[in-house]
Amino acid sequence: MSHSSMWEAVTGIVRRDLLLAMRRWSDAAMSVFFLVIVVSLFPLGVGPEPAVLRTIAPGVLWVAALLTCLLSLARVFTPDYLDGVLEQMVLVPQPLSLLVLGKVLAHWVISGLPVVLLSPLLGLQFGLEGETLGVLVLSLLLGTPTLSMIGAIGAALVLGVRGSGLLVALLVLPLYVPVLIFGAGAVTSSMAGIGGEANLSLLGACLVLSLFLAPWATAAALRIALE
Amino acid sequence: MIWSKYSVPQAFYPLAGRLIPWFAAVAVILMVVGLYMGFFVAPTDFQQGESYRIIFVHVPAAWMSMFLYVVMAVWAGVGMGLNARLSFMMAQAIAPTGAMFTFLALLTGAMWGKPTWGAWWVWDARLTSELILLFQYAGVMLLRTSIDDVRRADRSSAVFALVGVVNVPIIYYSVQWWNTLHQGASVSMATGSKMAATMLMAMLIMTIAFWMYSIAVILARVRCVMLERESLPTWDEKPAAMPEAVEAR
Repeated sequence: MSHSSMWEAVTGIVRRDLLLAMRRWSDAAMSVFFLVIVVSLFPLGVGPEPAVLRTIAPGVLWVAALLTCLLSLARVFTPDYLDGVLEQMVLVPQPLSLLVLGKVLAHWVISGLPVVLLSPLLGLQFGLEGETLGVLVLSLLLGTPTLSMIGAIGAALVLGVRGSGLLVALLVLPLYVPVLIFGAGAVTSSMAGIGGEANLSLLGACLVLSLFLAPWATAAALRIALE
Repeated sequence: MIWSKYSVPQAFYPLAGRLIPWFAAVAVILMVVGLYMGFFVAPTDFQQGESYRIIFVHVPAAWMSMFLYVVMAVWAGVGMGLNARLSFMMAQAIAPTGAMFTFLALLTGAMWGKPTWGAWWVWDARLTSELILLFQYAGVMLLRTSIDDVRRADRSSAVFALVGVVNVPIIYYSVQWWNTLHQGASVSMATGSKMAATMLMAMLIMTIAFWMYSIAVILARVRCVMLERESLPTWDEKPAAMPEAVEAR
C-alpha cells in the first residue's frame, strides 16, 4: 500500500471527526466548562490563601485535565460503534492502528488542546506566574496527547459494555498516574526553582511510548469488541 | 511425555487435581518453617526492634503481588497469541490471588509503618505504586465480570493486563525515580544482601512458601473456572457428574 493512501486515510479521519465536533460544538464546550468549574471549586473548598493555592495548583490543574479527558472518552468510539462506521473502519485496507491514531489525534484537538490553551488563565487564578506558567503549558502540551492515547485503549475495551462510564475510569485512571506525577512534578519543580526539564523529558518519553504502543493496543481492543 | 496434551482443559483438570495436594503440603510446611525462623530464630534488628519481623510476610507478599501480575500478563499474552482457552482460564484464576497478595503487602506495610514511621500510610512511591497495582488487579477482574460474552471477556481483560504490565517496571524503579521515605531494597542481586543470613533465609523460605501456596490455590481456582465455563454438556454427557467422569479418564 502506498504511503499517500495511508496518509489520506488518517487526515480524512481527523478532518471528519473535527467536522463532526464542530457541528456538535456543545460537546467540546461542555469539556471546557467542566474543566473551569472543577478548577474553580478547589479555592472554594480549600480557602483563598494564596500560598496554599500556589502549592496545590499543579496537582489540581493536572487532575482536572485528567478528568476532562476521561469524561470525553466515550465520544471517541461510541458514536461510530453505534452507527456502524467502526465496522467499516476495520474492513478498509489501511491498518486499523493508523486510523485509530487519526481518531485519537482528533480527540486530542477537541478535548486536550482547549485544556492546554486555557491552562495559563487557570494558572493565574492560582497565583502561578512567569516561567512556571510556561512549564505548565508545556507539560500539558506533552501530557494531554498521552492521556488521549491511553484513554483510547480504555474506551475501546469498554465499547458496548454495561456500566462503561465508570468502568473506563477504573481502567484508565491507574494508567494515568505516571503522566500525572511527571506533569504535576514538572510544574512543582519549576516553582521550586530547579526547572522542570527532567519531568518534561519523562513526559516526552511517555508520549513517545504511548504513540508507539497505544494505537496498536486500541486496534486490538476494537477488533475484540467488534467480533 | 508430551506436555502439550495438557493444554486441553479436559486433560489439565485431573492433572491439576493430582498436583494441588503436593503444592499445598509443601506450602504449609515451608510456611511453618519460615515463620518459626522469622519469629524465633532470626535476631532482633538493632534499629527497628521486633517490629521489623513483619517483613517475613510483607516482602514476599509484595514480591508475589508483582510477580503474579507478570505471570497473569504472560498467560494473557499466550492466550492472545495461541488463542488457547486454558491460558485465559489461568489468567482469570491468577488475578484474585495476585490482588490478595497486593492487599496483604499494603496491610502489612501499614502495620510496619505505624511503629517505624509513626504513620499508617505515607504517600511514598512504593506504597502508592502497590496501591495502583491493586487498582489494576481490580480493573482486570471488573472488566472481565462486566462483559457477559466469555470470549470477549477473556480477550479484553488480556489486552488490559498486557497494557498494565508497563506499570510493573515503574513500580520497581519508582524507588530510584522518586526521592522517598521508603528505605531502599535490602536485598539486591548486584551488591548482595545487607541482612543477617538467618533473616534472608527465613524470607526466602517464606517466598517459596507463598509461591507454592499460589500454585495450589490457582490450580484449584482454574478447576472451578473450567467447571463453570464447561458446565454445559460440551465435553461430557453427564454435566452433573463431571468431576468424577473426568478424573476417571
